[in-house]
Amino acid sequence: MAVDMNMNVLIVDDYTTMLRIIQNLLKQLGFKNIDEATDGTAAFEKVQQKNYGLIISDWNMEPMTGYELLQKIRSSDKPYKNVPFIMVTAESKTENVVAAKKAGVNNYIVKPFNAETLKTKISSVIGDF
Amino acid sequence: MSNIAEQRSGYLGNKEKVARIINSVLEKVSKAEEVSREAIYKELLDVQSIIDEMRQQVGSLKASDISGKHIPGATDELDAVVAATAEATSTIMDACDIIQEKASDAGESSDAIVAEVMKIYEACSFQDITGQRITSVVKTLRKIEDKVDNLIATMSERIPILRDEAEDDDDERQGDEKFLNGPQLPENAISQEDIDKLLAEFDD
Repeated sequence: MAVDMNMNVLIVDDYTTMLRIIQNLLKQLGFKNIDEATDGTAAFEKVQQKNYGLIISDWNMEPMTGYELLQKIRSSDKPYKNVPFIMVTAESKTENVVAAKKAGVNNYIVKPFNAETLKTKISSVIGDF
Repeated sequence: MSNIAEQRSGYLGNKEKVARIINSVLEKVSKAEEVSREAIYKELLDVQSIIDEMRQQVGSLKASDISGKHIPGATDELDAVVAATAEATSTIMDACDIIQEKASDAGESSDAIVAEVMKIYEACSFQDITGQRITSVVKTLRKIEDKVDNLIATMSERIPILRDEAEDDDDERQGDEKFLNGPQLPENAISQEDIDKLLAEFDD
């Protein structure tokens, strides 16, 4: 099934530089509806209000980390429980990757990354586009 | 040998001296049927002299400067690095946005220009990575600062000199070294305008 490029995508990062980079890369890839949040708490509020087709989140944020956001989403009984979730983070320890996978992450990108990596990982989660 | 290593070596030497004197006193007291007060007094004076010397050495370490000046100074500098790189990165990305817009007018070269602009965008992620690394270092420094504070608070009850030394002017740099302060934090820096005015005053 073709990927709907009009789907809502939420990017979460406490660094505005990174939000801007990911936003720009996603636009280049053809995504049109991109929202931003600067930590897990703000992101979770958005998730409750809007239907997202993909979440791309950093790990290390305050007060709520990306990992906690993932756990909160996956432990919910709401329709967003199964939203595709990609972690984009500088946390590159094996234990982090394992913990994220156990919490239900769909893919994991280590910073710094390039457009090609982002495209490949998104494709592996939501299909080719 | 570094100053700290020398002082540490000095403490260990003094510790051994104190132990030797105490052992000597104990030996005299236990062996001799009678030990003169004068002999014990002399030994105790030696111990007092060593303790005084050690207190002076501990005081000269200026431990409160570590938490009161050096660490806050270092964390401020690091915060300034993060702020400056964030600002520079934002400027670079603003320029990228404009180039990207203009690229559509570049005909056949348009795609190539956009591809190169995307590489600049990707490279800008250094700011996020370095920012996180620096923030991590700042957190570590603040933990050290807290521990040093606690240590000084505990020690200063027993060694009053530690309480007093914070008031000393301790810039030990000599000659030209005193001018090597590196880039100033924005709040401490004077503007180019101020510098021009200052220089102009010399011409009057």
